[in-house]
Amino acid sequence: MTSDFLSGKAAIAGIGATEFSKDSGRSELQLAIEAVGAALTDAGLTPADVDGLTTFTMETNPENMVARSMGIPELKFFSRIPYGGGGACAPIQQAAMAVATGVADVVVAYRAFNERSGVRFGQGPPPAKTQATSDNEYRSWVNPYGLLTPAQQTAMFARRYMHAYGATSEDYGRVAVLARKHAAKNPHAWFYGKPLTLAEHQASRWIAEPLHLFDCCQETDGGQAMVIVSAERARDLPQPAAVITAAAQGLGPDQYQMVSYYRDDLTRIPEVELCARQLWAQSGLGPGEMDAAVLYDHFTPYVLNQLEEYGFCGRGEAKDFIADGNLELDGRLPTNTHGGQIGEAYLHGTNGVAEGVRLIRGTSTNQPKGVSNVLVTAGVGVPTSALILSTAR
Amino acid sequence: MSATTQQRPAAGPDAEEFLTQLRTFVGQQATPVRYAQDAVNPAMIRHFVEAMGDENPVYTDETAARSTGRSGIVAPPPMLSSWLMVGYKAHTAAAEHGAPDSPMTRLLNLLGDAGYVGVVATNDEQEYVRELRIGDRLKMTAVIEDVSPRKVTGLGAGHFITTLRTYTDADDQVVARQRFRILRFDPTVTKSSGQPAAADPGLRHRPFVMRDNQFWFDAARERRLVIQTCSDCGQLRHPPGPSCPQCGSFAWHETAAAGRGTVHSYVTSHHPKAPGYDYPLTVLLVDLEEGTRLVADYSGDPETVRVGLPVEVDWLDYGGDVTLPRFRNREEQS
Repeated sequence: MTSDFLSGKAAIAGIGATEFSKDSGRSELQLAIEAVGAALTDAGLTPADVDGLTTFTMETNPENMVARSMGIPELKFFSRIPYGGGGACAPIQQAAMAVATGVADVVVAYRAFNERSGVRFGQGPPPAKTQATSDNEYRSWVNPYGLLTPAQQTAMFARRYMHAYGATSEDYGRVAVLARKHAAKNPHAWFYGKPLTLAEHQASRWIAEPLHLFDCCQETDGGQAMVIVSAERARDLPQPAAVITAAAQGLGPDQYQMVSYYRDDLTRIPEVELCARQLWAQSGLGPGEMDAAVLYDHFTPYVLNQLEEYGFCGRGEAKDFIADGNLELDGRLPTNTHGGQIGEAYLHGTNGVAEGVRLIRGTSTNQPKGVSNVLVTAGVGVPTSALILSTAR
Repeated sequence: MSATTQQRPAAGPDAEEFLTQLRTFVGQQATPVRYAQDAVNPAMIRHFVEAMGDENPVYTDETAARSTGRSGIVAPPPMLSSWLMVGYKAHTAAAEHGAPDSPMTRLLNLLGDAGYVGVVATNDEQEYVRELRIGDRLKMTAVIEDVSPRKVTGLGAGHFITTLRTYTDADDQVVARQRFRILRFDPTVTKSSGQPAAADPGLRHRPFVMRDNQFWFDAARERRLVIQTCSDCGQLRHPPGPSCPQCGSFAWHETAAAGRGTVHSYVTSHHPKAPGYDYPLTVLLVDLEEGTRLVADYSGDPETVRVGLPVEVDWLDYGGDVTLPRFRNREEQS
């Protein structure tokens, strides 16, 4: 049973980001402050208006450091979400719940890091993951054999999916080609002006078979922030509101972090389906009402799984759904119009939330026509989250 | 490429027995106590600093040395071992007739007879307690401190031998300590196969062994593949945990797995490369006959792996009390 209490109560009234680079040349704290400041400016608000902050547990910039650095006087609400990119949409849900219940009035969700020039996630277990705790115990069953990186861990699912449905590396490659096509037209994207061909995808080196280099998203330095207020207050602010029609978290049966290898069917992602079920129930909408989507694309194969779990196509049909052009700007479900994390930037999915807002405002650099509802998703393979953003009714 | 095909066991009980034999030398005096043939003297110091190009006057100029608060000329610390060298004559005699009998000689012969004929010095750590002064007469005692398990290195497979050399003066006061490590290796391991030496599994990531999973790793060390089983409802579970997700019971026991299964999925990893693994690295997700699934190493040719391939458990020693499952291709055996 899912309540529709939250639906429509809150909205994203401002978005802001730094440039997306490979070497920001400044501290992660500065990136966070710049992003939060830009989002507040976009919303027509100031640091003095902020009374809530939400972010990731992986974030290195705590709420107090952001608040004191920016002159935010008081915080009544602060919360953090674990599981890395799986939390991309969850801080927005936290903020929406806070403003919907009156706990806070202006909540900023932020994420900032030097993930390319600093600690890189694709190099193996990070230095902090050396404690023998139940949080890290799952590594005992994969790391000793050499499954050390998210790409290596994801490849296990991708291989099984290919076996089950006859998908090929080209089918995965089409996700990357589409992302780079959109990024090529987005001046903020790292791969602006740099489209990718399927042949280039196929020729790129192996990272972890069946994943080529271009099946893996890039790594980025940067910061992104979003300002969440009540839908009522958003009406009085300068930007068109992106109303939070639905927001959900999901953690499925026998859930691990990136290595839920022990479930019966590895082609299914039950925590994603759990998010879908909640979004549809909260919003009263269905896949047919989604006008665009921002699907988390850390690795291309998981985009296929998400299309199936959200019901845009049947089981095993995602490869054909994509090949038929449904994710193109003039297709049935324009997807990753900013270029995705593959093409724009890897900001743990938060830049995807910002693109969802632009799609609602009608300001994406690749704006499809007639967008009223956008699905935004978060990292797959870990406990996850998702949003539906909508135009104000 | 598999290290288990060589004449000497790379792992397993025989390898352990050999290591136990090697380690009987640990703690023994490596060679007889050695006495310096000459006291610390200005002539040898001068030759040394001229050859090294070291112009620090405290090694050659009495006045300069005193102006630094020293009682006189001191010897450069790196000369330490040169004061105890046996000399050219003894060296050539040993090369011709063999070194005189000592525990170290016996240890090296044992390794040499097992095919570890190469030798290379790998580490030399020196700790100086005080500076050596003109007239010091040194004595050196060497003790075999450690013999490593078999390691596969770029030179070949072998054992590292560490000796602790203690240098004392005429009053038996310690003036310096030196940890000297050599590798006694078998160069044919790499050369005969024409391939680079296999990565050393000792460098691999280790499991976190904890209360909830220790039984499994204890069994694996004995090359037994076990599955945690609920003692109340009988459900098998892997990876293990403290309670049964089906009935909530904390009671459990081990069930021995037959060690046979089929490949559910697999990954062949190329990048990034971590120490201890050979790339391309194939990792399996195996459906055991008993119904649980586990990740494991693959000993076969990466080209032969496919979903559905029948496999059978084998084991890989990671050294240091860790042994983990690897699976071999069952089709290649039959």
